[in-house]
Amino acid sequence: MIAMSDPLPRRPDIAASRLPGDAIARGFSDLHPALESHEALVEADRCYFCYDAPCMNACPTAIDIPLFIREIQAGNAIGAAKTILSANILGGMCARVCPTETLCEEVCVREIAEGKPVQIGLLQRHATDALMATGEHPFKRAAPTGKRIAVVGAGPAGLSAAHRLAMLGHDVTIFDAREKPGGLNEYGIAAYKATEDFAQREVEFLLKIGGITVQTGKALGNTIHLADLRRDFGAVFLGLGLAGVNALGADGETSGGSHDAVAWIADLRQTSDLSQLPVGRRVVVIGGGMTAIDAAVQAKALGAEEVTIAYRRGREQMNASVYEQEVAATRGVHLRFNLQPKRILAEDGHVTGIELERTRIEDGKLVATGETVTIEADQVFKAIGQSFTADGTEGEGEGIALERGRIRVDASRRTSLEGVWAGGDCIFGGEDLTVVAVEDGKVAAMDIHAALVAAEKVAAE
Amino acid sequence: MADLSTSFLGISSPNPFWLASAPPTDKEYNVQRAFEQGWGGVVWKTLGEDPPVVNVNGPRYGAIHGPDRRLLALNNIELITDRALDTNLEEIARVKRNWPDRAMIVSLMVPCEEAPWQKILALVEQTGADGVELNFGCPHGMSERGMGSAVGQVPEYIEMVARWCKQHSRLPVIVKLTPNITDIRYPARAAKAGGADAVSLINTVNAIMSIDLDNFAPTPTIDGKGSHGGMCGPAVRPLALNMVAEIARDVETRGMPISGIGGITTWRDAAEFIALGCGTVQVCTAAMTYGFKIVKEMTSGLSDWMDEKGYATIEDFRGRAAPNVTDWQYLNLNYVTKARIDQDKCISCGRCHIACEDTSHQAITNMVDGMRKFEVIDEECVGCNLCVNVCPVADCITMEQIAGQDPRTKKPIPPEYGNWTAHPNNPMAKEKMQFAPNPMTLPDAAE
Repeated sequence: MIAMSDPLPRRPDIAASRLPGDAIARGFSDLHPALESHEALVEADRCYFCYDAPCMNACPTAIDIPLFIREIQAGNAIGAAKTILSANILGGMCARVCPTETLCEEVCVREIAEGKPVQIGLLQRHATDALMATGEHPFKRAAPTGKRIAVVGAGPAGLSAAHRLAMLGHDVTIFDAREKPGGLNEYGIAAYKATEDFAQREVEFLLKIGGITVQTGKALGNTIHLADLRRDFGAVFLGLGLAGVNALGADGETSGGSHDAVAWIADLRQTSDLSQLPVGRRVVVIGGGMTAIDAAVQAKALGAEEVTIAYRRGREQMNASVYEQEVAATRGVHLRFNLQPKRILAEDGHVTGIELERTRIEDGKLVATGETVTIEADQVFKAIGQSFTADGTEGEGEGIALERGRIRVDASRRTSLEGVWAGGDCIFGGEDLTVVAVEDGKVAAMDIHAALVAAEKVAAE
Repeated sequence: MADLSTSFLGISSPNPFWLASAPPTDKEYNVQRAFEQGWGGVVWKTLGEDPPVVNVNGPRYGAIHGPDRRLLALNNIELITDRALDTNLEEIARVKRNWPDRAMIVSLMVPCEEAPWQKILALVEQTGADGVELNFGCPHGMSERGMGSAVGQVPEYIEMVARWCKQHSRLPVIVKLTPNITDIRYPARAAKAGGADAVSLINTVNAIMSIDLDNFAPTPTIDGKGSHGGMCGPAVRPLALNMVAEIARDVETRGMPISGIGGITTWRDAAEFIALGCGTVQVCTAAMTYGFKIVKEMTSGLSDWMDEKGYATIEDFRGRAAPNVTDWQYLNLNYVTKARIDQDKCISCGRCHIACEDTSHQAITNMVDGMRKFEVIDEECVGCNLCVNVCPVADCITMEQIAGQDPRTKKPIPPEYGNWTAHPNNPMAKEKMQFAPNPMTLPDAAE
């Protein structure tokens, strides 16, 4: 107890171990626990095995969902996993992180019929978990082609491209700037979506195909250069992700306690003992996407008492799905709308709160009303989007064409540079989803393969 | 409230729900519990000669399950009672004394000779039981010894034993028939010829429930081997309904009292058997799955349905469906239907389309004006009902009778009844159309 005469606790109130260890463990446990075998059979039986199934068409990687569910139902979870992984080698992670409520499950005919879609994500996890538990890799490599391909970035796009290329008989070297492969799977998504080191286990599983070398700590434009890669490899795939973070454009952004949510989540993901990770008593998250939700929910799970998400537009405009919003709300995060950051308040160089300005939509445009709101905070996280930084592409060779700040590609994921393909968040036109990145990698790999085969033919003639 | 009481061969019971001769009726303890829950009667598990038979000591049941372990069928290799005859007789007498308003039928199976039947019938009579049921159906174990279905598969034996039983006992005799025979009408006719008062059917169906693919043996497996058992439960109900209907409408056995058996699980199942003419129904698998309390749902369900329909007694609707069971040749070929899909109910799963497209008549679209849409193409639809059956949404697809011209054949649909017997494509067409024999009712147009 603090007596009335005691001085108030010194700001900033940022501390570790706000909750007992088991409470933190609970907060970071699996968001969707795996189905038991019997549950999986019952759930699989709910699938109608639709003709030209809407779920399959909604999946960016076009997994044959009715078929894999039928395989589960017939007691062949391993076969189901092969069906999944042949379309999406990161099917295990996608089962955990895909916003299924806006993809396959949104269009499930059971959603239309009764508002309860078949739990496709959980069934996909059931199958892929079963296969991964065997320790076996289900695919074999084609005869070696002798071709070498460079993949830059070991995130979902790069891993997907590398696996498909290796399967087709090529030798692949993946370069990644970070210490560990996995990209956002390892550093970005919320911990409770991929528990028990799943990102690394999945990378290990994927690499069992053989023919893939991973070199970490190699950043493009720093230790490796695009011109060298283009010279030394038969093809280059860029899965660079988004290294930049959008600026808030508000005063006080550099104060202590003001964080970039992406970097903070990356730190959190690499913290082995979460009870040792400090968090503010009062936290404000600025933004309206998945990163904002992930940061807010994880701050809450660490024991922050008041966590507020402030988004400058209305609920309907949030990039985070309704389901994600519900997850945040049920875990005690306060969602506030039509508030845009004006000024981060600080004392002695440290955040004490944030001043926000109310907004409204006029003629379809967001306008500030002049009315302000102040929320006290010990930490402010900004999660207002990331941007592509062209380090290592622009200024090397003839430069790579961009479109609205990201790499421009054609339908085959070819960039403007001969022999260079790209995919994932760094290209223009994607949805910044793991599953879309996986598809990019797959499509690019197939096109790289076709290009190499065609070149071989020409050379032979 | 509807009156559910029945009088079957003069044996009265407060409702038509009897427990079939099976494990649930093997002992006083079980039957006592059944009567406490409200069962109208029991057929006591089959008595045989002393010394009693022995059962296997490994597993004796197998099952087929739905995805949520709903039991769809049970299979057993249990034999008749393995308790001493005296013990059973004593208990039967006591239970009947304690529950005089309930039906007490005793199932019997002894070797196919007159003396053993005569002997056991006398013993049963002394218990005060209301009747006997001759077990000519048990398809495993006992049949290898010339009893059970080994008798039920030979109409002459059925007639012979039924006659002995009628000669040597004043009790009503019910013959329980095996479905493991090509044409159920023959054993039923034999039972009638032998003087039996009624038939009960069906007994269990010869079956192997599954093969264990790890040790390549039938299940349940007893030390690496398995033998066929008798299958019962919801999966056999359609077979039973057909056999009951065959007997109910056979000119030789029409009107013979029937106690219906085969997968009866709810009041509705029971009502269906009664509608085909059964005076009582017998239940086993449902009780073995859920316990005796299910009879409460059966009685309330049947009673409420009868109230809704205005049937005061069982007799008011018993047999009402039998005249509507006919032969294919008497079906009206001028009754033309087309499938109709209720677009508001359709959830666009596409099952109707792919079933029709891949396996039938290419009569349902999957795309209309570039949109995912399922519509019936009347020019191709033969009205087969497959789409109705595969649609996961109840009442989404229905069959509608059409008149005028059939868009498929481009021919006018005759408004009057017309069947195969005089159809021009029938090589054996009669000059004059044949009608189903009485008491089959025909549409007005045909009269």
